[in-house]
Amino acid sequence: MGLVSNPIAKMILQRIGLGLLSLVIVSLVIFLAVNLLPGSFASAVLGRSATPDAVAAFQHQLGLDRPMVDRYFTWLSSALQGDFGNSFSKRPVGTIIGPRLLSTLRLAGITAAIAVPLAILLGIVCARYRNRLPDRFLSAVTLAAISVPEFFIAYVLMLFLATRLHIFPSLSSIRSSMHFDEQLYRMALPIMTLLFVVLAHMMRNTRAAILNVMSRPFIEMAQLKGEPEMRVIMRHALPNAIGSIASVVAINLAYLIAGVVVVEVVFVYPGIGQTMVDAVRNRDVPVIQACALIFSTAYILLNLLADIISIVSNPRLLHPR
Amino acid sequence: MTNTATRSAPSQTALARGLRAVRQAPPTAIFGMVVLFAYVFTAIFAPFIAPYGEFQVVSSVPYAPWDEVNLLGTDQLGRDFLSRMIFGARNSIGIAFVTTLLAFAIGGFFGIMAAALRGVADQVLSRFVDSVMSIPDLIFTLMLLAIFGTSVLNLILIIAILDSTRIFRISRAAAMNVVTLDFVEAAAARGEGLVWRIVHEILPNILPILISEFGMRFCFVFLSIAALSFLGIGLQPPMAEWGSMVRDNATLINMGDITPLIPAGAIALLTIGVNFVADWLLNMSSGLSDEA
Amino acid sequence: MKHENTSTLSRAAAIAVSDLRIEARTSSGWTEIVKGVSFTLRRGEVLGIVGESGAGKSTIGLAALGHFRPGCRVTGGKIVFDGTDMLSLADHQRRKLRGTRIAYVAQSAAASFNPAKRLMDQVVEAAVERGGQLREEAEANAVAMFRSLQLPEPETFGRRYPHQVSGGQLQRAMTAMAMICRPDLIVFDEPTTALDVTTQVEVLISIRKAIAEYGVAALYISHDLAIVAQLAHRVMVLRYGEVVEEAPIAEILSAPKHPYTKTLWALRSIEEPERPPSGDLLQVRNISASYGTFKVLESVDLSVGKGQTVALVGESGSGKSTLGRVIAGLMKPDGGAVMFEQSRLGPVVSSRTKDQLRRVQIIYQSADTSLNPRHAVRKIIGRPVSFFHGLSGKKREARIVELLRMVELDGSYIDRMPSQLSGGQRQRVAIARALAADPELIICDEVTSALDQIVQADILKMLLDLQNRLGVSYLFITHDLEIVRAIADQVVVMNKGRIVEHGKRGEVLSPPYEDYTRLLLDSVPEMSSDWLDRLISTRAAIAAKQ
Repeated sequence: MGLVSNPIAKMILQRIGLGLLSLVIVSLVIFLAVNLLPGSFASAVLGRSATPDAVAAFQHQLGLDRPMVDRYFTWLSSALQGDFGNSFSKRPVGTIIGPRLLSTLRLAGITAAIAVPLAILLGIVCARYRNRLPDRFLSAVTLAAISVPEFFIAYVLMLFLATRLHIFPSLSSIRSSMHFDEQLYRMALPIMTLLFVVLAHMMRNTRAAILNVMSRPFIEMAQLKGEPEMRVIMRHALPNAIGSIASVVAINLAYLIAGVVVVEVVFVYPGIGQTMVDAVRNRDVPVIQACALIFSTAYILLNLLADIISIVSNPRLLHPR
Repeated sequence: MTNTATRSAPSQTALARGLRAVRQAPPTAIFGMVVLFAYVFTAIFAPFIAPYGEFQVVSSVPYAPWDEVNLLGTDQLGRDFLSRMIFGARNSIGIAFVTTLLAFAIGGFFGIMAAALRGVADQVLSRFVDSVMSIPDLIFTLMLLAIFGTSVLNLILIIAILDSTRIFRISRAAAMNVVTLDFVEAAAARGEGLVWRIVHEILPNILPILISEFGMRFCFVFLSIAALSFLGIGLQPPMAEWGSMVRDNATLINMGDITPLIPAGAIALLTIGVNFVADWLLNMSSGLSDEA
Repeated sequence: MKHENTSTLSRAAAIAVSDLRIEARTSSGWTEIVKGVSFTLRRGEVLGIVGESGAGKSTIGLAALGHFRPGCRVTGGKIVFDGTDMLSLADHQRRKLRGTRIAYVAQSAAASFNPAKRLMDQVVEAAVERGGQLREEAEANAVAMFRSLQLPEPETFGRRYPHQVSGGQLQRAMTAMAMICRPDLIVFDEPTTALDVTTQVEVLISIRKAIAEYGVAALYISHDLAIVAQLAHRVMVLRYGEVVEEAPIAEILSAPKHPYTKTLWALRSIEEPERPPSGDLLQVRNISASYGTFKVLESVDLSVGKGQTVALVGESGSGKSTLGRVIAGLMKPDGGAVMFEQSRLGPVVSSRTKDQLRRVQIIYQSADTSLNPRHAVRKIIGRPVSFFHGLSGKKREARIVELLRMVELDGSYIDRMPSQLSGGQRQRVAIARALAADPELIICDEVTSALDQIVQADILKMLLDLQNRLGVSYLFITHDLEIVRAIADQVVVMNKGRIVEHGKRGEVLSPPYEDYTRLLLDSVPEMSSDWLDRLISTRAAIAAKQ
């Protein structure tokens, strides 16, 4: 008896276990990718002319002279405590990343908080008026939005709303001492850019998920019972689309991650994406590892959440025979 | 007898069918094809079209304004912007095309094999792909580029391998749908070998899906490379690339100059065009399967 | 207890359809699929609509509710219900009639119930939302209906979710859902087609009882005239969107006027004499097989004589198709042996010789999926010709044409793609592909069940013809006892992975019956309008004795 005898709890536990497993695999991949090529890596960073002493010193600094398994567990266990070691610039990675991670979370969080409900709402509107004017219009706009690079949207917004019309500042340099209103004002352009891209992807997929359910026979049955169209969508289609909408949302938040990196660079927003790009240019390995691990963890957790939502919203699992 | 199906026999050649299809294409697809043709033409004949060389410094003034000599002005080093745009077409499109092709070769091969072999091979490949895909694309690419260095070859290989995971999923799913059909089983029951079954029974049935998917994946690869170059980690200077041209001239935006938007717009126009054509191909291939 | 409806409907027509024309969008523009259909249905009357797939039956049924599927449009005619033309009403006005005054029962109840909602919520929805009933009142009505439809535990039945009850129960629940508002008209669209024969009988009895009890008018749509004969007062025979014949049921059964109507029981006209047993070609000994831990076959024995037809009969899930796959080497058995001409065949294809493979061929149920849509007929038939017999060039070409002739298609079909053939022609090509190997045994897995009656009869006659000429043996896997009665020499009855009876056709299909065989035989609708009545009284008599 107890928790595990409940099939839903069992599936959720299994799914969480799988999520943890992928976290371990991902951490291993991130760790190995950097450590499989220590020799070439050291000389690549230090240059071909580096003396053997310099290489040895470099390896020791990274701890590359210890056995790999040992190093992996040391790295992982300290990473779990928020300690990612020292960057090549000698500062602790934690203090470089910490405040920037918060900034990025704020940017991504605000965007997601607007994008998710809006995408679902617009997806429902498109499904309700499928192949009619609102649907065609939104589909054309979103197709264009997913076809153009993020930096194009960013610069167009910057050119018109900042340089020409002076409504918003073109650069989003924010400090923690600023009032929240001021921060939000400075974040306006990055948020708008991200919204445009993420919303487009998410809305298209939400529409597809709802229409997929709309093609099933029980929807026609509801129509034949005389249900009004909006009620058919809200009461009959939506409860069956929750699972797929949840995974659509999770998958599309990946665009948020990619978008964040580009957008932070364009608007010089002090976030973790910007930090990672700088670290890649300087080949600052500990920082890169930390950033990659954080982004991947966020992505895996989101997908885990989506899977759990879709398990919990499945009537066959909720009410077994 | 019920032999009343008297539709015309397939006497037309593939070429004639293709021409007829193009004539009946919707305006969006025609627009896409025109754009695509213009870009490919520019890319191939870049040295003949461009007024100046790719790396040629033509002005002592950086960021020179538009005039009769330098139609789009000059860039941050005084090179002709229009010429760099034209050579950029060649570099950006060529590299994205090769990368996509490679991704399809890798992903398609393993995807079909996984579907045909099933069992352990399928499990191992699928789990591997799952774990690669649980790291966001751009982040993985950034990390690998930092480790291996940013050469053109590394860029192509890294993006191709990472993108091949998507194509693995697509081709595996498509092949799975075909593998379970009776005609594949009938071939197996006859004693046909695995290779014959893949080449004759499976491949012809998933090819239309792969071809129409090619456009979408090309756009994705193209945008990824542009984004990387924009971040300064993709194609390296002095090579002309649209993403890095945006980055290098971005300061002009703050002066209200739209020049940096031109390469960004060129990227956007191409991806929209390809998407339109791919959409049309997708509709046709699904229509084809129930008509001819 | 009759529903007290004081409207003028009680004596007049419940629904009158006149000159209805509906078009559907195809790749080459709009095509008319319902071509001027007219009929009138009075209150308390049941009108059967019979026709083959694509005849436009469902389209007409849905039109009675003023509903048209996406890609369909009305181009003419009237649908007069309660004095108003449905086609002149606005969407929201039609919606008010649906579920309350005109109701619909769909073919697949499993797909037509919303999986996320409890049955009760769905059954009473229309009554509470638009039928003016209070929730408690509607639920009480539903429980009464569940009871009258003989659903288990009627008080709590509605608390279940659709996936928690069986297909037959769901179909009855859907009938309850249609009846909840005491509508004037119910459209039944093939309500028993997706069910097994034994379940079909139960549902038919329930539906008939409900129609009689509530005195509702009904349109009963089916491809099976024998089913319609049990319920309908009048029958309308439909073909290619046109009414071929309309008459009282007795007249249709005893004196059909139109030749097409007669073909509806074409299958029943085949009478192949039973051949005496001959030496064994195939012997299956003690075969067991399983999917994972689920046992599909348990110690099955079977033999097929040279030039004989053995029918393997059973309901879905009985394991009959799995047995066919084991014989063909497509599924590895857990134990037992497949013997062909006294020599043991390997368990899987790769362990058999090319000649062993050649001698056993298989034909599938659906030629849509058994022919590669990207191959022309030349390649489909030509491949086994060159694979097994090494023919090429002109000889190969000549052999392909010869094979096409054997299946009654002429040589010009050689360049056709499968999509350019009709369903029957595709199955002929699939048969030619099997014959191309020069086999001694052909496993026919439900080869005619996806086809219309008349095509089915043609294909069966051709198969018998080929057998007489070539001396090939058939293992005929089917759920259809009519086919068994028409062509089998030997009959093997399977149930739940075991063989329950086998023997000569004459012995198995005549008394004394084995219990399960009897159940199967009883469940097959007969072409007479009193079959269901007789069945009910026989069962009552048996129940009374016990």
